Amino acid sequence: MSEALDLARQALLDAPGLSENALSQVMDKLLSRRVDAADIYFQYSRLESWVLDDGIIKEGNHSIEQGAGLRAISGDKTGFAYTDDLILPQLLNAADAARAIAHAGKNDRHGIAPRSDLPQLYAPINPLDTLSENDKLDLMRKLDTEARAQDPRVQQVTVSLVAAHDTVLVINDEGKMSGDVRPLVRMNVSVIVEQNGRREQGSSGGGARRALDFFLEQDRALGYAREAVRQALVNLEAIAAPAGMLPVVLGPGWPGVLLHEAVGHGLEGDFNRKGTSAFSGRMGELVASPLCTVVDDGTLPDRRGSLSIDDEGTQTQHTVLIENGILKGYMQDKMNARLMGMPETGNGRRESYAHLPMPRMTNTYMLPGESDPQEIISSVDKGLYAVNFGGGQVDITSGKFVFSANEAYLIENGRITAPVKGATLIGNGPEAMTKISMVGNDLELDSGVGTCGKEGQSVPVGVGQPTLKIDEMTIGGTAT
Amino acid sequence: MSSTDANQLQQLVSELLDEAKRQGASSAEAGVHAQQGLDVTVRLGETETIEHTNDHGLGVTVYFGQRKGSANTTDLSPQAVKETVAAACRIAKYTSEDPAAGLADPELMAKNIPDLDLNHPWDIDALQAADIARECEDAARAHDPRINNSEGASLHTQNTLFVYGNSHGFVGGYPTTRHNLSCAVLAGEGDQMQRDYWYTSSRLPERLESAQQVGIKAAERTVARLGSRKIKTTECPVLFNADLAPGLLRSMIGAIRGQALYRKASFLLDQLGESIFPDWVQIDEDPHKLQGIASAPFDNEGVATTPRKLIDAGVLQGYVLDSYSARKLGMQTTGNAGGVRNARISSTGESFEDLLKRLDTGLLVTEMMGHGSNQVTGDYSRGAAGFWVENGEIVHPVEEITVAGNLKEMYQGLLAVGSDNQIPGSIDTGSWLIERMTVAGD
Repeated sequence: MSEALDLARQALLDAPGLSENALSQVMDKLLSRRVDAADIYFQYSRLESWVLDDGIIKEGNHSIEQGAGLRAISGDKTGFAYTDDLILPQLLNAADAARAIAHAGKNDRHGIAPRSDLPQLYAPINPLDTLSENDKLDLMRKLDTEARAQDPRVQQVTVSLVAAHDTVLVINDEGKMSGDVRPLVRMNVSVIVEQNGRREQGSSGGGARRALDFFLEQDRALGYAREAVRQALVNLEAIAAPAGMLPVVLGPGWPGVLLHEAVGHGLEGDFNRKGTSAFSGRMGELVASPLCTVVDDGTLPDRRGSLSIDDEGTQTQHTVLIENGILKGYMQDKMNARLMGMPETGNGRRESYAHLPMPRMTNTYMLPGESDPQEIISSVDKGLYAVNFGGGQVDITSGKFVFSANEAYLIENGRITAPVKGATLIGNGPEAMTKISMVGNDLELDSGVGTCGKEGQSVPVGVGQPTLKIDEMTIGGTAT
Repeated sequence: MSSTDANQLQQLVSELLDEAKRQGASSAEAGVHAQQGLDVTVRLGETETIEHTNDHGLGVTVYFGQRKGSANTTDLSPQAVKETVAAACRIAKYTSEDPAAGLADPELMAKNIPDLDLNHPWDIDALQAADIARECEDAARAHDPRINNSEGASLHTQNTLFVYGNSHGFVGGYPTTRHNLSCAVLAGEGDQMQRDYWYTSSRLPERLESAQQVGIKAAERTVARLGSRKIKTTECPVLFNADLAPGLLRSMIGAIRGQALYRKASFLLDQLGESIFPDWVQIDEDPHKLQGIASAPFDNEGVATTPRKLIDAGVLQGYVLDSYSARKLGMQTTGNAGGVRNARISSTGESFEDLLKRLDTGLLVTEMMGHGSNQVTGDYSRGAAGFWVENGEIVHPVEEITVAGNLKEMYQGLLAVGSDNQIPGSIDTGSWLIERMTVAGD
């Protein structure tokens, strides 16, 4: 018995007054041509956000999105339409538009069969209601006070708090009906510090598929305030970053954005089916140093990138992408798995009912190795130690990827010395991965801040890695 | 716009404002939109996806004195109007008194709303759209034998209708259209595989570049990248291709926005009246450009937009302000709630070929990667690909490099802006030649 499924049926079928019979009519319409697959995705999302700036609670917003996306697939062709009006005539219209992709013919019909056998990785709660408004705002004010108390050079503090309650229901052409209730909370602190006319910024945050008390445990959110100030103060002392090829040591946790860009996107099923990825056709080959084992795991409890089921109703899993350097697996949605004759991996995700699903990452990370992190740093004569990053990007075809450090230091004679200004690092995915020569024993996952963009769609993801050393990478500083 | 028309949306806006008043708000503003579109992708000659888009939304911001709350929803039902206003009012119970909060001043509201000729719907069905996309992709694939794969060509068309109103009695709205055609193909040679794309975008279907042209341009750009290699780390002049130059101007606009200035999160703090660019540079904003991609008769607060100079003789003439940031800075809004609309930078008149000659020996950048631009410090470091140029001639394609500098110095070091504008977008510029940057490679 699945509480999430029951809640999803209540919110998305009972509330708008859609009967099982109505649902069958819509599915019949979708399947009235020769399609290989079809689904209906219902969604109801509530999101609340607050912003503290200049020491006051400046903004608050409450948002509701609801609708249904209908998809019909024939071979590798997809027809898609959606409606934000959950009434039968609109759903039938959308079904009519979506099925037009397919030729005349017919399909087997199946009765609707709720799937209540799937495990839940997070409580099906509405996180918006898990703290009183006053408690939410008090927490934000505390972070403002905490950040300002760290150092008199703090000039500006912005604190944001977002809570989302996302309820989805998927019915596919086999009649299988799955539901999920997805809480997601996120806080962030960003600060600006000033010293002798020089200004720098720092920011820190975290989140999870949890109630808002996540931020109160172990003074977690206060830690974001301290961390944001620490980063900004480090940057006040930063000198120009080097330009050119040097050994790079990446710290544990969030620098795992490396894996997301260097290998993650290139191992998504759609690009490999189409042969457009630098990793296309390389299954079973050595694509990384034998020290590297990289996985995508949507099953980590409460994690930002985790999902009990993906947006096609497939249970998520622990998928080995690279094992000891050998390419072992791709991340798949249903369509690409079917077309490639490979197993589904529960990576079919979409930004909302108004977007088409495609293979996407969940939590992507590298398993720990043997090296002591200190030993890794000591092994470098002259190089860069980078511990915090902004975003990244990849050209999956050429394999070139970038990610931008916003906290980094020089390593000189095996010791961490001066902080350097933010710089973009660029490399070639398969090549950079083979240059990983040391992997630490200190695996960390990020604090729950990642958002991945692909073809204009954003989804929450996680990354992680132990400390690791890349023998050489191009560092985009200005000091030559 | 079958299910919703302009009258319905206006009606919704006035209901939202009335409801806000009923629930006790001292002032309010509301916006409603409806958007319909068609998106068709053809890949390797076959229709790959047909997407029908159909979006609605309403949003309301209420003020109780100096406290503010906002809410929005995709549901346009009468019930949703009440609930959304209630949600915004509930939020406003908890936000702080903010002296700068509130609607823009009533006397600034747009009084007449010029027709900027932004609405040119394309009466096209999925099959016709697929034919155009196919013609585009076919042209790309046929252009060179080294084109060996494709991400496809897509045609996208959308009609949007929106209405904004506030409790000053302002209400305004208008329909707009936008059409895009894009194509991305792959080319292979040896063990190297490259991808590139081209696109065209307009308010008018007949103003799009032809499907053939878009396809051929995508193919040419892709094939030109074959044989790319790194170069040695160096300092040299850099020419940013016209399709990338708008990004450099956007960084400037971002740094003179009120939100960045009052938070002191800008590398262009206190630069009003100061020289940011060489003295030949003029940058104009024309929100009333007919058929312009970013044109608007009034801004997101109902304030009349006006054409103006942002930069004159290299000197910053004004900030980019909405009413909130203007109050924070003790200034007047510039009608830029929602951003700058149609910026245009003066050209020094050189063609692209002339610019290559003037570059002489250095880097031509045709692709940028990542987001390494720091608005607080102006520090700039981004991934790039392009071509190495010697004596004004392209020598070979380049990849896996970065270009780095500081935006303030890059603006001062702007040597030329070409007359080679390629894509009529919200920022109109030719290629930028910058005196010196650090290029990191091997």
